[in-house]
Amino acid sequence: MKENLEIIFAAVIVLGAFVNLVGAIGVIRLPDIYTRNHAASKGATLGTLLILTAAFLFFWVEDGHMNARLVLGIIFVFVTAPVAGHLISRAAYNSGVPLWEKSGQDALKAKKQKAQSK
Amino acid sequence: MKTNDLILQTITKIAIFIILAFSLHLFFAGHYTPGGGFIGGLMTAAALVLLLLAFDAKTVKKIFPFDFIKVAALGLLIAVLTGMGAFLFDVPFLTHTFGYFDIPILGHTGLATAVLFDIGVYLVVIGVTMTIIQTIGEDE
Repeated sequence: MKENLEIIFAAVIVLGAFVNLVGAIGVIRLPDIYTRNHAASKGATLGTLLILTAAFLFFWVEDGHMNARLVLGIIFVFVTAPVAGHLISRAAYNSGVPLWEKSGQDALKAKKQKAQSK
Repeated sequence: MKTNDLILQTITKIAIFIILAFSLHLFFAGHYTPGGGFIGGLMTAAALVLLLLAFDAKTVKKIFPFDFIKVAALGLLIAVLTGMGAFLFDVPFLTHTFGYFDIPILGHTGLATAVLFDIGVYLVVIGVTMTIIQTIGEDE
């Protein structure tokens, strides 16, 4: 039973590492800062959460040791990483970094022009 | 143009409690596990810096109305006094001791005088870090 659980946790850790890798490839391959930020914040958050959760469950099953720091880390990454992504994107938009030329719509543009003309 | 920082400020209000709780945990865990006064103080200072980033300096001063230089001085005083306290028992300077006590809520607990020294380190680290950051941030 324990061995089966350990295999599952190992699979979850490998899955988390794979998601992180996909996020990193996305950062390299995607064309502009907004799509890159999308890949980085989503991929890194989910990958890290999977790895941390598997580590927490592993120590729980293996040693019977509930590591509160890992739980706090999971909550903290889950809460703050998307906000960091949001702030980076917003800082880029407000300092005038252009969107990828093939991107379809820019919903913020009208609002920004309105705010500037006032 | 006035920026709308609603998301950052809301998340700061939540995250600040996690950071402060974790810094206190690190501070008290320092005797038996990694942690201690230095890293606990740095993390508390980091929580205050997050407040400074999300809100402005005036708001932070209203929430924490301390003169951080005095906090550092108080920490040094505590550290020196715990060292001097050893003289009362006729042992060399900075000799520390510990004992086990039965405290009502916490139960059988080991208490060490090194924690008092650590409180001094904690306050000095908070005071120095916040003084540096506030003096850099405030020159207009």
